[in-house]
Amino acid sequence: MPPASDTEILYAKPESLRRTRTHFCAGCGHGIVHRIICELIDEFGIREKTVCVAPVGCAVLAYNYFDFDTCEAPHGRTPAVATGIKRVLPEHFVFSYQGDGDLAAIGMGEIIHAANRGENICVFFVNNAVYGMTQGQMAPTSLVGQKTATSPKGRDPENEGYPIRVCELLATLQAPAYIERVAVSSPRNVRRAKKAIRKAFQTQLEGRGFSLIEILSPCPTYWRVDPVTAMKELEARMPPIFPLGVFRDGR
Amino acid sequence: MGAKILMTGNEAASEGAIQAGCMAYYGYPITPQNEITAYMSLHMRERGRVFLQAESELAAVNMVLGTSAAGFRAMTSSSSPGISLKQEGISYLAALELPAVIINMQRGGPGLGNIAPAQSDYWQATRGGGHGDYRCIVLAPHTVSETFTTLMLAFDLADKYRMVVLVLGDGRLGQMMEPVELHNAAPAVKVDKPWALNGCKGRPSNKLHSLLLKEDDLEELNTRLQKNYKKVEANEVRFEEVDTEDAEVVMVAYGTCARLCKEVVRHARDEGIKAGLIRPITLWPFPAEPIRQAAARGAKFLFVEMSAGQMIEDVRLSLEGAAEVRFYGRTGGNVPRWDAILQKTREMMPYSPLRRT
Repeated sequence: MPPASDTEILYAKPESLRRTRTHFCAGCGHGIVHRIICELIDEFGIREKTVCVAPVGCAVLAYNYFDFDTCEAPHGRTPAVATGIKRVLPEHFVFSYQGDGDLAAIGMGEIIHAANRGENICVFFVNNAVYGMTQGQMAPTSLVGQKTATSPKGRDPENEGYPIRVCELLATLQAPAYIERVAVSSPRNVRRAKKAIRKAFQTQLEGRGFSLIEILSPCPTYWRVDPVTAMKELEARMPPIFPLGVFRDGR
Repeated sequence: MGAKILMTGNEAASEGAIQAGCMAYYGYPITPQNEITAYMSLHMRERGRVFLQAESELAAVNMVLGTSAAGFRAMTSSSSPGISLKQEGISYLAALELPAVIINMQRGGPGLGNIAPAQSDYWQATRGGGHGDYRCIVLAPHTVSETFTTLMLAFDLADKYRMVVLVLGDGRLGQMMEPVELHNAAPAVKVDKPWALNGCKGRPSNKLHSLLLKEDDLEELNTRLQKNYKKVEANEVRFEEVDTEDAEVVMVAYGTCARLCKEVVRHARDEGIKAGLIRPITLWPFPAEPIRQAAARGAKFLFVEMSAGQMIEDVRLSLEGAAEVRFYGRTGGNVPRWDAILQKTREMMPYSPLRRT
């Protein structure tokens, strides 16, 4: 039934998000991040001038959900592909969407140099401290003691080093315009995440340069807990290692 | 027609790319192709185009991928070890059916090798190079002037077939100077790119991806690629023949070795040896037909390469034992001497007075 004319729509699918079945696991944070991005693309009215570069990893299928132009990149090369697009389409809105393996392991070179050039792109970096797509291996952001398929007794700093703090690392560079870490662990934090992602959008649209939003996100499947527990663990265990907040606001 | 100017092969390649309408060039330093990055850094930005020194060959080839996905002509260049690093990106470009031009000014290998000229990346270039069933069009110029026009052709073929075109030169060709006539020709092929990612205004959104989890979907992509390659094989074989009509010994060589063999044909003929040359210009698709025809006329073949013998395998495949095939090559960055090739030619002629076997 069509809504009566005096009905106000409070919650609906963003136009930029396709109506399709999700492949993400129950309780995964990617769906929340996808939705926030699509809501903002609608809000800014830029669907027809947006190009997304999807990573290798769980979010590789982003193009099945995003109803705007989307490109695949080899594992970790996402910021390089985004650079190649943005340099010839400077008026378009270009963002890369990456996970922790893609960005902080195999793609560490590409992200540092894209940030250091101050590429006028946005990077949405979903950190769930584990490789999901390949069945739960240790990520560069896995916590000390975290049990994964490749650290069965827990991440041991003697053998595997410590979790990498991407925001802090990139904030040592001069060029980046905006860097913030958020979490999608509660309604309050989701609203904060949206605010940060909106700021990244504005940074690019105003031509102010590189922005990266790190989004701490749950992976119940490979944390081997139920979705509700995963949210609780995310809120309790990740911010002490990965503090939420703004690391760069303006050069 | 433009004036003749003296330039290196690397500079001629750069200027050819610029005149072909290359909108973005992404490079990374490696000898012996550094003149390309230097030339492009000077001349691309002054034309309002994109020049970027990438952080690695991996990044450079993926920047090419991004620019090509956006619908613009893009190029990167390197030399052997750097080209190995680009193979991941080349495989993705092939899978995404994206046009791109990549120059390899080959140097001695394997490993870090040295910075002297070589032709030992033939297999890598003509067999695909990266993972998966795919091909690149491979063009092999042999003079500085031809390097200029080859780049213009490379961009046209890349757009026409939505393929990676590799220009396979070597350190000597890249760094030697010769006069070049620069003509401002417009790109011959202007193709629509409805697949380009440039914003979905007035059309459904485009997606470029090679992850095809359903077996039948991936097979469909592979079938489409192979069909395209058949078209290239049917239409784009290019080669040059020198004195092959009556030749008893036909040399087969490309690039720098072809230059030497042209000299050797002259010297051999002076001695009364009926020598000729087939110079493949496209290494893939390989010009098997002129070789078959020369074999049918009873010719023997001498392959000259700056490698341990790579192109020779393509001829063995196309002849299937129908003619005598010999090889002369140097490795390690050594360029064959013309008189050594001539001696090899003499050895193939039973009547040659200078034959020493």
